[in-house]
Amino acid sequence: MTIEARYGVPTVALHTDKFDRVVRAVAAQNGMPGLRQAFVPQPVMGKTAAELRAYVDGPDAITKRPVMQEVIEGLTRPFADDDGPAVEFDRSTPRLVAPDTEENLHRLFLDNDWTDKLPIVLPTEERVAAMLAATRRKPDEVVGRMRPTHFREAWEYTVEKVAVNAVMAGAVPAYFPVILALAATGVSARGSSSSSLATMAVVNGPVRHEIGMNVGTGALGPHNHANATIGRAYGLLSQNLQGGSTPGITYMGSMGNNYAYNSVTFGENEERSPWEPFHVQHGFRPGDSAVSVFTGCRSTAFTLGLREKHWREHVRNMFRGMDPHTPPTLLLDPITARQFVDRGGFLKKDALIDWLYDNARMPAGEYWDYQLVQNYIYPRATFGEEPWASKLKAAPDEPIPMFRREDIHVVVVGGETNGYWRIMGCAYQKTLPVDAWR
Amino acid sequence: MGAHDTRTVLNPVGFPPKITRKALAPRLDTLHGKTVYLVDCRFDDSDVFLEQMQAWFAEHMPAVKTVVKPISSVYLNDDPATWEEIRARGHAAIVGVGH
Repeated sequence: MTIEARYGVPTVALHTDKFDRVVRAVAAQNGMPGLRQAFVPQPVMGKTAAELRAYVDGPDAITKRPVMQEVIEGLTRPFADDDGPAVEFDRSTPRLVAPDTEENLHRLFLDNDWTDKLPIVLPTEERVAAMLAATRRKPDEVVGRMRPTHFREAWEYTVEKVAVNAVMAGAVPAYFPVILALAATGVSARGSSSSSLATMAVVNGPVRHEIGMNVGTGALGPHNHANATIGRAYGLLSQNLQGGSTPGITYMGSMGNNYAYNSVTFGENEERSPWEPFHVQHGFRPGDSAVSVFTGCRSTAFTLGLREKHWREHVRNMFRGMDPHTPPTLLLDPITARQFVDRGGFLKKDALIDWLYDNARMPAGEYWDYQLVQNYIYPRATFGEEPWASKLKAAPDEPIPMFRREDIHVVVVGGETNGYWRIMGCAYQKTLPVDAWR
Repeated sequence: MGAHDTRTVLNPVGFPPKITRKALAPRLDTLHGKTVYLVDCRFDDSDVFLEQMQAWFAEHMPAVKTVVKPISSVYLNDDPATWEEIRARGHAAIVGVGH
């Protein structure tokens, strides 16, 4: 779209057929509904040269006309009049839904893909007003903008719009400042990636106890109203405020992701952690309340405790089971956190992260051959971006770090019923204050 | 409240931006004698695919000069140097293979 519109070069965009609706929608929302596009079968990945030549020689996967005919005509066929000059037009979202019975409204919300397919609380004016009373912010104040992918337009939303989604999720007003802070991140919990990613939200500071969040036994769910509904609200507000999360149009996750039901939302167990809280690591005071968001939650490794003889090998093995494109965040029960102190001498969280960085390694040849590394890291390495450019110089059998040190994180959570712990593959995005939204 | 009583509820959907329709580039009269850039978005073996498309042009439309050009980084980043090169040295572009 950039080459066509900004640089004036006639262009045809090639896609796989599974993406026909989404790419046409993106082109239209970018003001180019007439953008010329052609479609080959999915997948391209892993096909031989001969198989891909058959794609070139074969029909367009959507129109069934020869794909090269679509390409050549796309570059040479003049536009009809309706593909004409630049114009601007508005779209609007009404404040209210047309009055109806409760049964019909529930059906409408379900049919419009405004829910996560579980029952919701209807956002009546009374309920939304009660939610709004939990913040000093004005209902029409803009909170932020959000979009499901890099290429899509960002939609805007107000405090009232966030409140509507908080009510739908079953949240109570006391939770609203945390939900507003999540909305203010602008980080979508309904990313459209075909990898089926979800988010994780970690709450720190006094607000955890003020609103009864669970940081101990069963914190990751489903056993606490605040954890459950704040996380659900984050998902609902994401899909509705960014303009949808509908499979085939605004959501392309191939398998979907159960983590998305409540965005892995919990409080850190600061009181039982041997280290400083996560938000303090990121510039907040211990008495501040804050929420941190992580994206790309797909992979999880787990084990029990740290064995005296081979704990180092066991941790390395866990890393080697993860895709190196997605960095690790360790979710440690307090028992295991103290074991890392006792076994490894990691009195500071930073010391543990240093060790993890040094020990999460794999041979360079294997690293660079991962498909996601090829897609997202190798191009940046070839463009000279560090640290990947230096990694590219390693011999194929040389062990190289799987992750950047700054991408490795540690959070303490759990009720010490045992020393189970997990590595969540996810990328830390940002930490925002909750207090600013009270 | 009865099952047939109506209720008024708020719409949960955010506010989309205005759409500004953009004019597309004029099409070429012919590709004969022209340079077409095959832009590799560096995603899921798209390089292998575009090499096959280049071979197709060589066999079926030899008067078309094709240049396979990988973008400079990942597709998430803008790449003005590549776009400028295509505008300066090319007449048309085929970009692929996106999802």
